[in-house]
Amino acid sequence: MSTFATRPTPAGATPSAETAAQKFLRDAAEKSADLVHREIIRKNMESYDAAHQRGRARFKDWEAARRRCQQIKREAINHLDRYLLQFEERVIARGGHVFWAATGDEACAYIRDLAVGRGVKTVVKSKSMVTEEMHLASALEEQGIRVWETDLGEFIVQLRNEAPYHIVTPAMHLNRQQIRDLFREKLGEDIADADPQKLVALARRKLREAFFAAEMGISGANFIVADAGAVAISTNEGNGRLSTSLPRIHVAVTGIEKVIPRLVDLATLWPTLATSGTGQPITTYSTLVGGPRKPGEADGPEEFHVVLLDNGRSNLLGNVEEREVLHCIRCGACLNICPVYRNIGGHTYNTTYPGPIGSVLTPHLRGSEFQHLSYASSLCGACTSVCPVNINLHHHLLHNRRDFTAAGGIKSSERGQFRLWKKAMLNPRLYALGGWMMRRSLRVVYGLGLAGSIFDPMRAWNRKRTPMPMPKSSFRKLWRKGLNKE
Amino acid sequence: MPRKVSLFVPCFVDQLQPQVAVDTVKVLRRLGCEVDFPEDQTCCGQPAFNSGFWDEARPCAERFLRVFRDAENIVCPSGSCTTMVRVFYPELLSHLDRSGEKKSGAQHDEAVALGRRTFELSEFLVKQLGVTDVGAVFPHTVTYHASCHGLRELKLREEPIKLLRAVKGLTFVDMLRSDECCGFGGTFATKFEAISAAMGEQKANSVAVTGAEYVTAIDPSCLMHVQGIMGKKNARAKTIHLAGILASES
Repeated sequence: MSTFATRPTPAGATPSAETAAQKFLRDAAEKSADLVHREIIRKNMESYDAAHQRGRARFKDWEAARRRCQQIKREAINHLDRYLLQFEERVIARGGHVFWAATGDEACAYIRDLAVGRGVKTVVKSKSMVTEEMHLASALEEQGIRVWETDLGEFIVQLRNEAPYHIVTPAMHLNRQQIRDLFREKLGEDIADADPQKLVALARRKLREAFFAAEMGISGANFIVADAGAVAISTNEGNGRLSTSLPRIHVAVTGIEKVIPRLVDLATLWPTLATSGTGQPITTYSTLVGGPRKPGEADGPEEFHVVLLDNGRSNLLGNVEEREVLHCIRCGACLNICPVYRNIGGHTYNTTYPGPIGSVLTPHLRGSEFQHLSYASSLCGACTSVCPVNINLHHHLLHNRRDFTAAGGIKSSERGQFRLWKKAMLNPRLYALGGWMMRRSLRVVYGLGLAGSIFDPMRAWNRKRTPMPMPKSSFRKLWRKGLNKE
Repeated sequence: MPRKVSLFVPCFVDQLQPQVAVDTVKVLRRLGCEVDFPEDQTCCGQPAFNSGFWDEARPCAERFLRVFRDAENIVCPSGSCTTMVRVFYPELLSHLDRSGEKKSGAQHDEAVALGRRTFELSEFLVKQLGVTDVGAVFPHTVTYHASCHGLRELKLREEPIKLLRAVKGLTFVDMLRSDECCGFGGTFATKFEAISAAMGEQKANSVAVTGAEYVTAIDPSCLMHVQGIMGKKNARAKTIHLAGILASES
């Protein structure tokens, strides 16, 4: 049943190297205690919360919109083969090219070869998480090609040589003073008062130069529309339109799960995505791209390529229980509401997709090395309550945990503990005795003032909390001693 | 409205917070219920289930079905343990066939039926007995933390608040972000100690801002965690389970 591949250890990694799980614990402890970070994220999330709430109120029936989006995506994913082929056929008919990539490396190689073959020196990219997933920018840079991220947030994290902090708002973790300092250092201009408008104008000026120089534009896709053979791109900065229309070549890169059956489906999906992502009624620039420029058209690229990426997604497709994870439209709502994300921030996950959706998805895409993320949740379910396509995110975390445990992926000490625990729970006398012994011994430990010390079996609890008082009697004893007869 | 009630006392309430169950008995009896405690009960299996050990959790669930087979109403002073029975038992006790499709069986159906007779305390009082004023007196300011399982799995939003507002002498104060998780999360609290504590601190801050003397909830596990965190911060507010307030008479 399990779809968790075990990844081979990367060459050069030593056995003593820190595991992804250890690094996560270390970074999480550091970040969750960072009060400056906490304050920036709290402020950003509060303004998102308010916008999101206003946005939902604009819908006559928000729950019906969620159900409709869920239906559309379910239909698409359950008939992925048909809709992808339909999409491909329409794109080719209009003179475009479609490349099917099984892995990120294959997709990178196709785009790299295309760029090198066409003598591309400069690439402008609009925002795309899937190109982050396959590390496309570095694959191109290795060929000496200059790659510009043109989404403002992406541009900022690119200058910082960082991964996006968030799938919708990549530079959410920075305040404007930090961005001013970054621009002064990297772009050589000082906006002393860190005025947001002036900072944006500076970035805009730099990016315009790139737009006019670039021979290739690379975009992602929010949806790919089967019946129209078109790629739908939503941006708030217009960079999507410039990236897809100014350069000679446009390459759209997308996961196979982004397909939707019909153009008319966008009528529900676009506003629901925008509301969930930023609280907007609709994203400022909603673009549909269907192919290269035709004779007589004023603009558009000479060449149009679509790269359809699998990269582990078909593992999920084959898993009926987990398949709905592919319904995700990458709106970021689950990240924004997640109390874990709010405390540890996007980078701590060390994955392309952070937050609840990333914790569910990453172990399937990248193997059991990332399985700790399935456990790094209090299972509060806030994510599920906001998902615009009704993915039961926190229940999928439970499924991941089950499959990971069944595949033998858990520490043997924990396995042993639960075997013992089961014996006690199936025997009320053993259970009562175990409970009595625990209370008794903890009373002694706490009485000696050893709470939280290495002599305290509850130290993982007591280091951060004051010890619970240990009652002398259990309820069942009180019941038998007279409560039953009152 | 005399009703027969079988108490489902979560293991950690039985062992660590027996007063919560004592208070539950008191409230139910005051309302004329005939209360029974099936002494063969142990744990519902949630710790194992949440940790991925479904094979270890399953016999606990099967046992629970046997112990409570003849119960008319099962009442539990925890939204989380009620969720385990009502929401997760049917899943745990169904099986997946080779295509990954969930198949229900006799045990699954039994679990669904049992889940329909299993109620969290505030849910039972308000929705089953139709009572909001249980005759309690509690002359203090109280704020309410909406525990996740009760809120999002059982959809209990208003029930506990209706009960609190009907308590004589009680001043209810709203908490900002009362529906944000406190950070307990079972083994999450110790496996991811730092994250759990950071979440708890923010909950403790939300409590402090209200100025309330007490923070209450329908889940003793959340309160256990919040109390521990507030203790480290020397916070003024104390925790009390909803049953404790409803049982108070002066």
